[in-house]
Amino acid sequence: MAKTTNLLFTGVGGQGTILTTKLLSNALVDAGYDVKMSEIHGMAQRGGTVNTQLKYGDKVYAPNIGEGEADYVIAFEKAEALRALPYLKDGGVVLTDEREIYSMPVLLGQAEYPHGWLKETEYNVKVIPAYEIAEKLGSARDSNIVMLGAVSKLLGIAVTLPPKFNAKAFDAGREAV
Amino acid sequence: MQKQILSGNEAVARGAWEAGVRVAAAYPGTPSTEILENLGALAASPPAALSEGDNLYATWANNEAIATEIAFGAAVGGSRSLTAMKHVGMNVAADPIFSGAYAGINAGMVIISCDDPGCYSSQNEQDNRLYAAHAKLIMLEPSDSQECLDFVKAAFELSEQFDLPVLLRMTTRVCHSKSVVTLGERKARAVKTYNGDWTKYVVLPVNARRRHIIVEENLAKLREASYSSTLNRAENNPDTKIGVITSGMSYQHAKEAFGDTVSYLKLGITYPICTKLIADFSEKFEEIYVVEEGEPYILPSVQLSATVPVVINEPFIQGELDAERIRAAFGVAIVESGVRKAEITTSAPGRPPVLCAGCPHRGFFYALSNRNGKYVGVGDIGCYTLGVNAPFNGMDICICMGSGFSIPIGLSKALEAQGDTRKVFGMLGDSTFFHSGFNSLVDAVHQKANVCLVVLDNSITAMTGHQENSGTEKNLMGYEVPKVSIEQMILSTGLPKERLLIVNPIDQKQMGAAIDTAISNESGVTVIITKYPCALLKDVIKARGTTHCEVDPEKCVGCKSCMKVACPSLAFDASKKKAYVADTANCTGCGLCAQMCKVGAIKEVK
Ligand SMILES: Cc1ncc(C[n+]2csc(CCOP(=O)(O)OP(=O)(O)O)c2C)c(N)n1
Repeated sequence: MAKTTNLLFTGVGGQGTILTTKLLSNALVDAGYDVKMSEIHGMAQRGGTVNTQLKYGDKVYAPNIGEGEADYVIAFEKAEALRALPYLKDGGVVLTDEREIYSMPVLLGQAEYPHGWLKETEYNVKVIPAYEIAEKLGSARDSNIVMLGAVSKLLGIAVTLPPKFNAKAFDAGREAV
Repeated sequence: MQKQILSGNEAVARGAWEAGVRVAAAYPGTPSTEILENLGALAASPPAALSEGDNLYATWANNEAIATEIAFGAAVGGSRSLTAMKHVGMNVAADPIFSGAYAGINAGMVIISCDDPGCYSSQNEQDNRLYAAHAKLIMLEPSDSQECLDFVKAAFELSEQFDLPVLLRMTTRVCHSKSVVTLGERKARAVKTYNGDWTKYVVLPVNARRRHIIVEENLAKLREASYSSTLNRAENNPDTKIGVITSGMSYQHAKEAFGDTVSYLKLGITYPICTKLIADFSEKFEEIYVVEEGEPYILPSVQLSATVPVVINEPFIQGELDAERIRAAFGVAIVESGVRKAEITTSAPGRPPVLCAGCPHRGFFYALSNRNGKYVGVGDIGCYTLGVNAPFNGMDICICMGSGFSIPIGLSKALEAQGDTRKVFGMLGDSTFFHSGFNSLVDAVHQKANVCLVVLDNSITAMTGHQENSGTEKNLMGYEVPKVSIEQMILSTGLPKERLLIVNPIDQKQMGAAIDTAISNESGVTVIITKYPCALLKDVIKARGTTHCEVDPEKCVGCKSCMKVACPSLAFDASKKKAYVADTANCTGCGLCAQMCKVGAIKEVK
């Protein structure tokens, strides 16, 4: 069976997960890999969980990643990292932004936000303050570019960032892991 | 040749463009929408006369039937044409599709159906492959983006060769997955002369009977020709005892599950199915597996024509298919070792999609939910369907587009029959109004139904990602078009002027008064139009700048009144017992929460 590297990106609608995955996909195609990426968006424009999946290798068949098949879970929000854990392979790596975004059940007081889950786990979890870094650099919206920098470092894949994106945010992401 | 990573939808648009498509029309619907969006970007802008060169006309239509009829008119007229829709759209378009197939085309016509196994963003999981045989359409199923590009080109050729529209059947995973594609060039094609042959295109019974015979003959010819078509592909792997017959995305899942341990017959043409191909393939193996997501559609053909036993599995009718389900169904051991499911005890709280901060629909649903016990809500499909969720619980029924204005007619009769005096409120958006809601409204007025119909006009087709509609000033290709007035349409039915209430839904005084008036009107139709643009419109975001709300912690008494509007930007700090705006970037400063505050603690700031 063809060996592929599998990444699951997860975040909250509006955080720019899809854009990050796209930029990384382009870099992987340039590096000569076969690449497949799935970006299935559910109901609303904003506010729901957004997952994108990226697989690369010599040859990729199915574009989606099953439970227990992700080499990396890249989360743009801490509770979303937790939700995506069943997809993680044994020995896989989680990279997550430290950021917490409260969902409606939490805001309405019907559910509790899992602040402390990172402390409980023995998984290989790398936490970076991507949102905070981007905010300090002047644009919180660029936190996805910080994440992209961090992922490119983790994977050892060179990403040529198109000029319209914030190169400082990208570099800061590379330094954060 | 240029390589790019494209989604299935982008590749279909590119393929159609390369094949010389001249007219494309669609009504948006996930997961099909990006096909027309991409064609719109390739269209000539500003509107160049189609006679002046090899230009493309791409447009949104108000519903799928209209889009299909536009494409059909173009194809009969001699221009290659295309329409694309989500699976349920095909139900709306079924009428022109079925009879259009009898009439046949002139230049090639491709109908694209994007099905949604797993209901990622749909109301059902219907498998539109079943339409092909029913409607007499040639059907092709691509499995990745390269095939999307190649198959749509082949579809135009087949359409012209066999004088039938071709159904290109995709699924969410094909539409929204990206893979590497080699691009070609657009081939300029001469427009075919329009011949106006009424013995073909007017489906009088006398013509239809004759055409039906010709259609069946053409399909029989294709069934035979399909035997040597490169759209079907056998992959014979050495020393394999099992042959897998599959199509579309199921092929990729099967490859993932079985790898090289089996051989494959990957069908590209799945209607008509070439039985001889199946017979010839099957005889090389001991057993045949059919791997197909959705209804058992290929299976019966295989059972009829395979020369060796066909293994019957529990069909994958519900949900999306993946490699693991295939392994489980056919008893294949998981090959990779060390794979296990992560275990952790804490669970993540749900994150259901919500109405955005600044969404005008929130103002309406909040006001309505305040009149609990006085109304029954009937919804429709759009962002406002989210009004069903807590704390609004704004509707009991919602099934399909347009029904938000017609179900209330029947429901109000049923409630009347049991002495239930609650007012039935139907609600739908501007795009849905143009899609089919207006027809229902005409019936409601004509029947003097005792209902309140609410048009939630946010000036855009929001749910599917901001497509223009007949109420917007621009069209898909980006140039100015006449804006059709919802208000004038409604008044044209003869509805008395005082029965039409136009309000700003964020303003709770206005909104509440309109709802109260509708409830107190004892008979006949009341129509409310809520007018307030979607908070995510580019122009609206620009105009707003950094405007947002802030809670003054000195004044806030922690009563949580503001939390009742369930805005995702507003949070409550349980330790400090104060509300605060947690997400100032997305808070639009609409001020709905401020209207709830009894102590004036919430202020708009720039
Ligand atoms: C027959 C059919 N076609 C298309 C769709 C996809 N669809 C769902 S909601 C929607 C748009 C709704 O727009 P509008 O009524 O203006 O409401 P908004 O989302 O802007 O609030 C569309 C096109 C569908 N569900 N059914």
